[in-house]
Amino acid sequence: MPDSDPHIPATTRRQFVLATGGGLLAAALAGLFPTAAAADATDVEKWLAAFSPAKPTPGKITIGAPDIAENGNVVPITLTVDSPMTAQSYVKGIAMAAEGNPLPAVTVIELSPANAKAEVQFRMRLAKTQTVTAVALMSDNTLWSATKTIKVTIGGCGG
Amino acid sequence: MLSRRDFLQVAAATTVLTGAGGGLARAAALQALSQRDLLQFEALGQVTLLHFGDIHAHLTPLYYREPSINIGAGGAAGLPPHLTGDHLLQAFKIAPGTPEAYAFTCSEFEALARGYGKLGGLDRIATLVKAIRAERPHQTLLLDSGDTWQGTYVSLQERGADMVRAMNELGVDAMTAHWDFTYGTERVKELVAQLKFPFLCGNVQDSTWGNWAFDGSKIFERGGVRVAVIGQAFPYTPIANPAWLIPGWTFGIHERRVQEQADQARAAGADIVVLLSHDGFDVDRKLAARVKGVDVILTGHTHDAIPQAVRVGRTLLIASGSHGKFLARLDLEVKDHAVSDYRFRLIPVFSDAIAPDPAMAALVAGIRRPYQAELGRVLARTETMLYRRGNFNGTFDDLICDALLAERNAEIALSPGFRWGPTLLAGQEITLEDLYEQTAITYPAAYRQSMTGAELKAAMEDIADNLFNPDPYYQQGGDMVRVGGISYAIDVAKPMGQRISELTLARNGTLVDPAKSYVVAGWASVRQGTQGPPVFDVVRAYLERQKSVSIPPRQLVRVSGADPRGIAACG
Repeated sequence: MPDSDPHIPATTRRQFVLATGGGLLAAALAGLFPTAAAADATDVEKWLAAFSPAKPTPGKITIGAPDIAENGNVVPITLTVDSPMTAQSYVKGIAMAAEGNPLPAVTVIELSPANAKAEVQFRMRLAKTQTVTAVALMSDNTLWSATKTIKVTIGGCGG
Repeated sequence: MLSRRDFLQVAAATTVLTGAGGGLARAAALQALSQRDLLQFEALGQVTLLHFGDIHAHLTPLYYREPSINIGAGGAAGLPPHLTGDHLLQAFKIAPGTPEAYAFTCSEFEALARGYGKLGGLDRIATLVKAIRAERPHQTLLLDSGDTWQGTYVSLQERGADMVRAMNELGVDAMTAHWDFTYGTERVKELVAQLKFPFLCGNVQDSTWGNWAFDGSKIFERGGVRVAVIGQAFPYTPIANPAWLIPGWTFGIHERRVQEQADQARAAGADIVVLLSHDGFDVDRKLAARVKGVDVILTGHTHDAIPQAVRVGRTLLIASGSHGKFLARLDLEVKDHAVSDYRFRLIPVFSDAIAPDPAMAALVAGIRRPYQAELGRVLARTETMLYRRGNFNGTFDDLICDALLAERNAEIALSPGFRWGPTLLAGQEITLEDLYEQTAITYPAAYRQSMTGAELKAAMEDIADNLFNPDPYYQQGGDMVRVGGISYAIDVAKPMGQRISELTLARNGTLVDPAKSYVVAGWASVRQGTQGPPVFDVVRAYLERQKSVSIPPRQLVRVSGADPRGIAACG
């Protein structure tokens, strides 16, 4: 399984980002959901607007995830952005939201040309069947998005 | 060719059928049922693929009624395999009452079953395989789509070793898997080590590091053609069946992986690529349109018997039925690393028309011998036909639900929508073997628990979406959960959460109250540590007390929003 940065385990990347100066944006965004109330698609839109006010265009970013989760507590996600990752053209940041979670702000990951490859992997918890959204902010300040429905099922009955 | 038994059966069937008109033609069709006719095939090209799947450990002939309800969701509505009864007969121009009509559909099932007899039996399949291999030496590949090691009393006792011996004897060239995994990680490894052929599961990873856990593909040379076979295990095994039995393995559809394997096989010199799949037909139809360079998909899981190959772009999809009822033969002419022509026949394995292969017959007898007394133990007799297959309750499920309600003192019963399980005709004895053929699983605890009406509805909505989601990648496999003690309405075209309504208690006709708790009995929970006696013991106790059962089809489920071609009136 390829990883964009083998030195930083995916599970700690968010803490890493939050701990650095570049994480100020992420910290501010996380603050938009102070309480664990039921979220919806509008909340996700508001949160993403804080990430960047531009309207995202579908494309450039892909969500690699199971269609049906084997375990909703640890759903493996791979986000890949189509970008050369050069000093002239790179991905500044990726945000991921899960509208059906009590706290839909899943993560903000900041990237730079030093990452060489715009691909990140992590596992996230999904409270129920829902649509997740990923957004990529590019160095030219354009915003690209992808959505995917992931089912969290009670299982059984297959055969 | 006709033995005395055959003659009597022909006579009986003719009596039944002449009343319906066209009797002479049907009688003639019955007379024509010979091994030679079943093997009749004008050979084509360099390679012959032989295929079966979902045999569910059945070594001996059986009755298996194809579904009367098999509704296609979304884009699959009205397409094969979602054509049942007369709709299938019309689509494939099969005359009613013929051997093919009996094998492929549920039309006039009970009358035709008495005439044409049982299908399947591994000794009969061995006869066909040997004959075709003799006709096409070094040109034939025999491939099994999985669900091979589970489904009978003997396989449960032997934990699959019986089927490994039988498949080694048959000379299978490769298999993939699903239910086979339910014996657990360690047993799967032991059985794979006993196989004389590869166990191909290209979509199974170890969940910690993501390494591919099994061989994904193998290249065979047949008739001068290099044939790559890629194995695809059931993608939702740890969801549909207990994940705790196979910790450390993760599955999935992984289109990109299929594409990589196909590309790598071509780069390694393969002329054609075959996907040996346990995805289910609708998943494979979608996959075929999204992956390039796969020439043939030998499908499995959904138990569909489709009389002709289905084309998606340049890919041929083959659906070969279940329970050993059919052997598929696909002859391929290969030119310039592509299939230039093909010929296909799904051969029904009429057990009374095919001479058993002596070596396989001896092996099967040897496997069954230690269990003979138990297998033949009569528990009760049925006055009506008992069957399972179909999107909703079959009468065998109704029987199991009746037993759960009575023996576990419950208000509501739930029974899994498995697609496996043969059919018993009216008047047959129900033996212990018959009971296990409906229930033989490695997690059989019959639970008894309290559920609110809201929880019940949520569970049913969840399961309905696994069957009727318009995107097949979101379908998890299996038919709708069977119910006892309640009835309901379902609009299959609605989105998840809105399909089920009018949940009604059968005993008093009142609506199920979302806030109220009910005592629910069921079995086959995928949760670890489920408590309760094994379901086969529960149903056995019930049958031994009843001595005789009579279960006409019940109208427990009112269906709307469905394409009518997936619903048929059947015998």
